[in-house]
Amino acid sequence: MLRAESIKVAFGRKLVLRSVDFAAAPGHLTAIVGPNGSGKTTLLRALTGEVGHSGTVTLDGSDIARMKGWELAARRAVLPQSAVLAFPFTVIEVVRMGLSGGTSGGDKSVPGAALRRVGMTGYTDRLYQELSGGEQQRVQLARVLAQVWHPVWQGRARWLLLDEPVASLDIAHQLLVMGIARDFANSGGGVVAVMHDLNLTAMFADAVAVMADGQIIAQGPMAQVMTDDTLSRAYGCGLRVGLPPAAGSTFVLPHTARPIHEMKPEFTAVDPAHSGTPC
Amino acid sequence: MVAFPDSAIETIGRDRDIVARRTRLLLITVLAATCIFSLAFGAAGTSLWGALYKLANGQTLSDMERIVLWDIRAPRTLMGAFVGASLAVAGAVMQGLFRNPLADPGLVGVGAGAGLGAICAIVLGALLPAAFINLFGNWLVSAAAFLGGWGSTLLLYRVATRSGRTSVATMLLAGIALGALAGALSGLLVYMADDRQLRDLTFWGLGSLAGATWAKLFVAVPLILLSICAAGFLGRGLNAMALGEATAHHIGIPVQRLKTVAVMTVAASTGAAVAVAGGIGFVGIVVPHLLRLATGPDHRMLLPNAALLGASLLIGADVIARVVIAPAELPIGIVTAVLGAPVFLWILLRRRGLVDL
Repeated sequence: MLRAESIKVAFGRKLVLRSVDFAAAPGHLTAIVGPNGSGKTTLLRALTGEVGHSGTVTLDGSDIARMKGWELAARRAVLPQSAVLAFPFTVIEVVRMGLSGGTSGGDKSVPGAALRRVGMTGYTDRLYQELSGGEQQRVQLARVLAQVWHPVWQGRARWLLLDEPVASLDIAHQLLVMGIARDFANSGGGVVAVMHDLNLTAMFADAVAVMADGQIIAQGPMAQVMTDDTLSRAYGCGLRVGLPPAAGSTFVLPHTARPIHEMKPEFTAVDPAHSGTPC
Repeated sequence: MVAFPDSAIETIGRDRDIVARRTRLLLITVLAATCIFSLAFGAAGTSLWGALYKLANGQTLSDMERIVLWDIRAPRTLMGAFVGASLAVAGAVMQGLFRNPLADPGLVGVGAGAGLGAICAIVLGALLPAAFINLFGNWLVSAAAFLGGWGSTLLLYRVATRSGRTSVATMLLAGIALGALAGALSGLLVYMADDRQLRDLTFWGLGSLAGATWAKLFVAVPLILLSICAAGFLGRGLNAMALGEATAHHIGIPVQRLKTVAVMTVAASTGAAVAVAGGIGFVGIVVPHLLRLATGPDHRMLLPNAALLGASLLIGADVIARVVIAPAELPIGIVTAVLGAPVFLWILLRRRGLVDL
């Protein structure tokens, strides 16, 4: 289990996370959704130990603040939102950097396989900086996959922590990347992903945490959390969740959106800043 | 997830590694050749081959041969090798740490601090108690330069480190401020200096290997060698730093330790190099840059290759410095700048279309 208890993060005087409790289980894809500035990325950064916070984050019961860098690197890999690179490394060199952190270092076939997995087989010797944003994002995903190539290792689940993994991708590659995350969870690994796309979240996530104004306002199995009520309150915008008759999977239909005050009277935005959102 | 066996992709990807390994062999050969050159050429017409022939036949060398070859050219060649290697490696480490191809050891205040130390020693040295001057003798300027360089780096490191974390950006900015301050103090001392001191200052600033002796070598080389060897272990970490500090940490690199070791090795090796040879520019920027263009930015290959190329380059520049206007000699800093700057510009012009260097 990846568990966070009473996490508080302040940037200067602004409290970005106000006592957040979060849990993600191995074998599940857990999505964190919420409007801009609700604290999704900050929560993910607290889970990776990247920002200072009060409260504790534990991985299978051990406090990550007490774990060594290489220990953590062997257990979980992190995909950042934007990926810059300082020198002209080639694609395969970037992916190999992931290997050095994980435990699959001896397995020479991993980087090539990881690139193939993200659909970038022909790109090995291209310079990373010459690729498009979406291609760079997929190379970074390959690097992260190479780090935790086997979702279960020594009987313990390994983790993928993804910050908006599909942000700069076209629809086909969005499906590819979410499929990779899904497979990783199906094979016993744990996945936590910060998501903007509610439809992809509904399609691929097992569990969802909905954030608004630095708090988690709902957390649990996808179908129980992604409801008209919760999403409308979180986004400050009257949203209606529907099921397509054929496939039977949950999706959010932006076509039915309307101002929140036209919704049921008990619907109010959690963060007053969002209540004026025109939709 | 299935791990696809895919050896074909791996062999393509290894290409730059293979080139880098071949380059290393080539550079070792070049270094050996420049060393022989440096031993064979000089203002005195003493022949290396003549001396070797004598040794091979069990004859003793003349005093002239012994002094020129063993006491002058040999330490000078070795000093050139170690100073060149340390400047090039320090440049490569700084560029990796600051994630910027234009970084050089000057950024951590070594140059400014060492310069101030040397100027203090040259201008104010005479004011020190005689016993103190006798204790240090000819070493006063070198010792002051080393202490100045090392001290200013420690100061910068203190300023940039808060609760166990060093901010590279703060270090860069504080380095600029400290450099300006050291420059102002140096300017004041230059203003106070007399003609002879001004001449000494100018020569120190341009750098020279002429002062190389076995005694200086024995002090400087262990420091430089230790630093270069320590830097050799930073390759993997510096590669990861290219992805950003946070990602380097996620990959399992001990980022804070990496920064500490990088800054300390650069301060020690550059401090020692500047102390014995004065200010020698361009090696720290040109060498890693040339190698990155040739064999890619992988620091595991770049660092050893930079040491070899830096060493060859400085020995070569020194041979030119002492042959070109023999029996007088040019300051080596002039040679490295005259050779380095046009080559550098030419590379930049030719490669202008390329993405971020």
